[in-house]
Amino acid sequence: MDKIKINTPLTESICRKLEAGTEVLITGTIYTARDAAHMRLLNLIQTGESLPFDLEGQIIYYAGPSPARPGEVIGACGPTTSYRMDDLTEPLLRLGLKGMIGKGQRSPNVIKQIQTHGAIYFTAIGGAGALIASRIIKSTPVAFSELGAEAILKLEVVDFPAIVTIDTHGQNLYDHHTKN
Amino acid sequence: MRTINVNDVKAAVSHACIEMNYEIDPKVLAAFKRQRSLENSKLSVNILSDLIENAAIAETYKAPLCQDTGMIVAFVRLGQDVHFEGGSIENAIQEGIRIGYASGYLRKSVVEDPLIRLNTGDNTPGVIYYEMTEGECFEIEIAAKGFGSENMSKSMMLKPSDGEEGVVAFVLETVTKAGPNPCPPIIVGIGIGGTLDKAAQISKKALFRNLGEPHTAKHIADLEQLLLKRINELGIGPQGLGGLTTALAVHIEVFPTHIAGLPVVVNINCHASRHQKIVL
Repeated sequence: MDKIKINTPLTESICRKLEAGTEVLITGTIYTARDAAHMRLLNLIQTGESLPFDLEGQIIYYAGPSPARPGEVIGACGPTTSYRMDDLTEPLLRLGLKGMIGKGQRSPNVIKQIQTHGAIYFTAIGGAGALIASRIIKSTPVAFSELGAEAILKLEVVDFPAIVTIDTHGQNLYDHHTKN
Repeated sequence: MRTINVNDVKAAVSHACIEMNYEIDPKVLAAFKRQRSLENSKLSVNILSDLIENAAIAETYKAPLCQDTGMIVAFVRLGQDVHFEGGSIENAIQEGIRIGYASGYLRKSVVEDPLIRLNTGDNTPGVIYYEMTEGECFEIEIAAKGFGSENMSKSMMLKPSDGEEGVVAFVLETVTKAGPNPCPPIIVGIGIGGTLDKAAQISKKALFRNLGEPHTAKHIADLEQLLLKRINELGIGPQGLGGLTTALAVHIEVFPTHIAGLPVVVNINCHASRHQKIVL
């Protein structure tokens, strides 16, 4: 199967058409957030405060890039392991988050919530930090800059390579091959 | 008696931190190319192709191979006839890390207190082990260890009666549970024997060996080959999405142990196996 191109923001109807195993090239806006940023976002939700960006239709990328050299957009920017965000994901899906990019397995609850909310879990290639950075054309700090590498960044990406890994039908690409 | 100025140590450590993060181990690159020709699914071939392209981009643009530029682990081998001038050897290594991570635009991934979790801002401290030896030798084996794979590592105090079969079962269980998380294709370092801590230390040391170089003892080298075969039969594959290449190598180190015990530690490394040897 050839790689298919998708644009952000995502909608539920786009997500429901994507099938686990499809390689995609994502163009548009995505937001970085990993462990510490997720905990901050959840605190804001719990205390009823507004979030630093509207989650509706957005994709969160589990990543903490290395620093940019002067004149460069960003340093290496591959995915981090997703399971650490499993217990922090449902509230974000409830607020309209439609995509997550990371690497590795998700919990049964996240898989269920992906189906419920019509979202997609993509994986990117762990350790391909330099390649992925070459597909990022702009990086803007959004929140929590004091967290350093864990701050939330708004990234403009062109043909960001990812793989649809858990889809809205409950298909999980990781399970697929282990069952075989 | 030989005298070494700690400034030379500082410079060498800083240089190694940068170089190992930008330049792929040529043996890992060769293994990617070899395995790509063996893989039979389009997805696993594409993943290995992307990793080969990633290495080329990193080298051309002086970018880290992976954004997790790791926590530094160093094994220092120090001859007892060496004398240092200009300050402490420990401070010089830590300062070398500090300079390397700042000037190389490498990610600072170390937090001061594991519970309070404030970033130290300079990727120090590194974890440094010292081994004393005779003569005037001074070597540092240094690695940048990523934590996607470190988090998937495990220890087990087996019973002596569990024997080699028990070791094999524990290693396969650990690699299976790790699945896609440690960024396969992985390199598996295994420490067998000693105490709990010694097994962990030598499992880390095993990851410093040249990729695929067999252990000098035949029965251990045979066990490495058996485990590599069994791990690759698990079908986890590149990035855990299925395929023939789950591990690029299995390296085992052993140490004498107690009559009552069989400690085993499995220390997993991702394919971004970043290590160098400094000899002064």
